Parts: sequence; C-alpha cells; structure tokens
Amino acid sequence: MADLLANLQQFFEIVRYPAGSALCLAGAILCVIGTIGVMRFPDFYTRMHAASITDTSGASVILIGMALMAPDWLVVVKLVVIFWLVFLTSPTASHAVASAAHTAGLQPLIGRVGQKPDDDEGAA
Amino acid sequence: MTAAALIAILLGMILLLIRTLIGPTLYDRVLAVNSFGTKTVLALGLLGFVMGRPEFLDIAILYAMINFVSTIAILKFFRYRSFQVPLVRRDAQRGKRNG
Amino acid sequence: MAYFLGLLIALAAFWLGMSGHFEPLLLGLGAASLAVTLILAYRLDILDREGVPYVRVVGFALYFPWLMKEIVKANWTVIRACLRADLDIAPTLVKLKTVCKSDLAKVTFANSITLTPGTVTVEIDGDKLLVHGLYEQDSQPEAFAEMDKRSARAIDGKGAAA
Repeated sequence: MADLLANLQQFFEIVRYPAGSALCLAGAILCVIGTIGVMRFPDFYTRMHAASITDTSGASVILIGMALMAPDWLVVVKLVVIFWLVFLTSPTASHAVASAAHTAGLQPLIGRVGQKPDDDEGAA
Repeated sequence: MTAAALIAILLGMILLLIRTLIGPTLYDRVLAVNSFGTKTVLALGLLGFVMGRPEFLDIAILYAMINFVSTIAILKFFRYRSFQVPLVRRDAQRGKRNG
Repeated sequence: MAYFLGLLIALAAFWLGMSGHFEPLLLGLGAASLAVTLILAYRLDILDREGVPYVRVVGFALYFPWLMKEIVKANWTVIRACLRADLDIAPTLVKLKTVCKSDLAKVTFANSITLTPGTVTVEIDGDKLLVHGLYEQDSQPEAFAEMDKRSARAIDGKGAAA
C-alpha cells in the first residue's frame, strides 16, 4: 500500500509540470475565444456574455494549471485567494456595467440576429 | 508551454485594446477595460511561473482588487459625474432598509 | 460575538496564508493589523450577517459544486456561439421573480446568474429581476427556478425554500 502511494506520488511529480502547463495553455485559448466573442458580437449586452467566459472558465482553468505547477503550499493558498477574488468581483462588476448601461437607456438588441453572415461590424 | 499560454493571453489583451479603441459606446470600453484587467491578473501569474518566481502572485492579487474598485469608480463617475454621491438608488429608499 | 470571531478567524487565516513567515516580528505586525481592522469594522457597524457571512459557509459549500457544473455547461454553449461561422444568437430580456427572502440570498442568486455565461442580471428591484440572455430558448423563467431554489436554500436556510 505504501509502495503504491509512493509510486503514485512519483507519478504525480513527473506529470504535474506538463499537465499544469497544458491546462494553462487551454485556459489561455479559452481567454482568446472569449475575446473573439467580444470582437464579434453585435451589441454591448451580448459582448458581456462573451467577456464572462474569460472571467469564469478561462481564469479557473489557468489557476488550476498554475496550482498544479506550484512549488509549495503558500502559492496554492495565493491562487485560491485570486480565484475567490475573481469569482466574487467579476459578476459584481459585470452587473454594475449592465445596470449602468440600462439606466442610461442603452437599448439591447432583441430577437434573432445573424441570419446574414456579414452584419457583424466588429469582425475584423 | 506556459510561455505559449502567456503569449496567447497577450494576444487576447491586444484584441481587447482594439475593442477599447473602437467600442461604439462608453460601456463597451468599460467592459473591455474590465476584461483586460482580469487578463492582466492571469498574465501576471503566468509571468511569475515563466520566470520561476511565483511571488508575482502577490502583485496579481493586488491588481485583482484594484481592477474591481476602478471599474466601479469609473461607472459611478459616469453615472453621477461625481465621486461624492452615495451609491444608493433614489427609488430604493422606501421600506425599511434597501427596500 | 460570533460575527466578531468569524471575522477574526478569517482575517488571521488570510494573513498567515499570505505571509507564510512565523517570526515574532511578522506575527506581531499581523496581530496589530488584525486589531486595527476589527476596530474599524466595529466602528463602521458592518459586523452583521451581511458583512461577515461565514455562518452560512456550509450551505454555500454545498451550493458551489452545483454552480460550477452549471457554469461549465453554460460555457460550452457560449464558446460554440463565439466560434460559429454564422452569428446564430437570439438575445432576449426576461423578467424573473425570486423566492429568496434576504438581501444576501438575492445577491447570491443574481451573482450566480451573472456568473453563468449567457445570462446577465441587468436590474434587481425588490424580488423582481431583469435578466439578459444570449439564447431565447435557454433563458425562460423556468430555467432559473432550480438555481433560485438552491441559492435560497444555501443562504436562507432549510425552512425558507418554498
């Protein structure tokens, strides 16, 4: 049993750097996808949905990847603190932006968009 | 591969800067700057790991806090044109507390 | 007093987790800053259920994994919408009524909606919420009923879930 545990720990020591950096890369690609959504979507309210990909899945995948690469427990605690800060503040900030835009009278686009493929002006 | 992740995040930041520059309304720009701040937090953490100095995470924590406060401050300023007004809705005063 | 102790424990854990040094000088500095923070919190009168929400930490810990699962599912939808060649979205505004009683539960519910990609809370007024959704068929009021019920149970306690 102890032998198996030692083997598992050895395996984890070998595998954690490649797995951590692969997760970091995946999270960064998720961030870029969110940014592409911010560039493509037609109006402000829909852009907000794309921006929240970066805040949720991108941030958590990158932070999990960094936690796998962490040299000691102190770094993991700091990563958990960053995770909580991002997860508590980003919906509040999004709601503040949306509420301010709605109060100022910015009308959202309602109904089906994108029947024609060339009506997204920010696709460049 | 961590360096590749850092480069990808920097690419996303450049795209967000373009959105900040061409954003048709003010709120698009605020949203882009807020998302830019989140990406900066992640990029600072990754930069620490690429350089082998995870102490950069302290700076990332600080930046996460400042990013939130600055977004709220910008929105408050554009809504009331002043930082001195309390953040309470005018029609929410009825009832006992916070309606 | 329970709120005081909760804030004290949380702040002490935060300091120790951030510094990682256990020399007398740094521990003394930490104790001094804890004292200053607690005095300020007492004078600001924020030592209440909202300012120190550690009483409901068990209910919230049960709620959080379910929320993560929902976030992953919703992320997949929005990622597909971002990468599709034709921009196939149908934005909509939905009015909701929540069963949450306290302000903290309402905030939890609204933040859960905003945290899930594809839906953003635009306004809260009393127990009515205005939600902007990316897909019309995914953001009907019935789709939020379970999240509403779960966040009410997590924060308001067992008896409040109607």
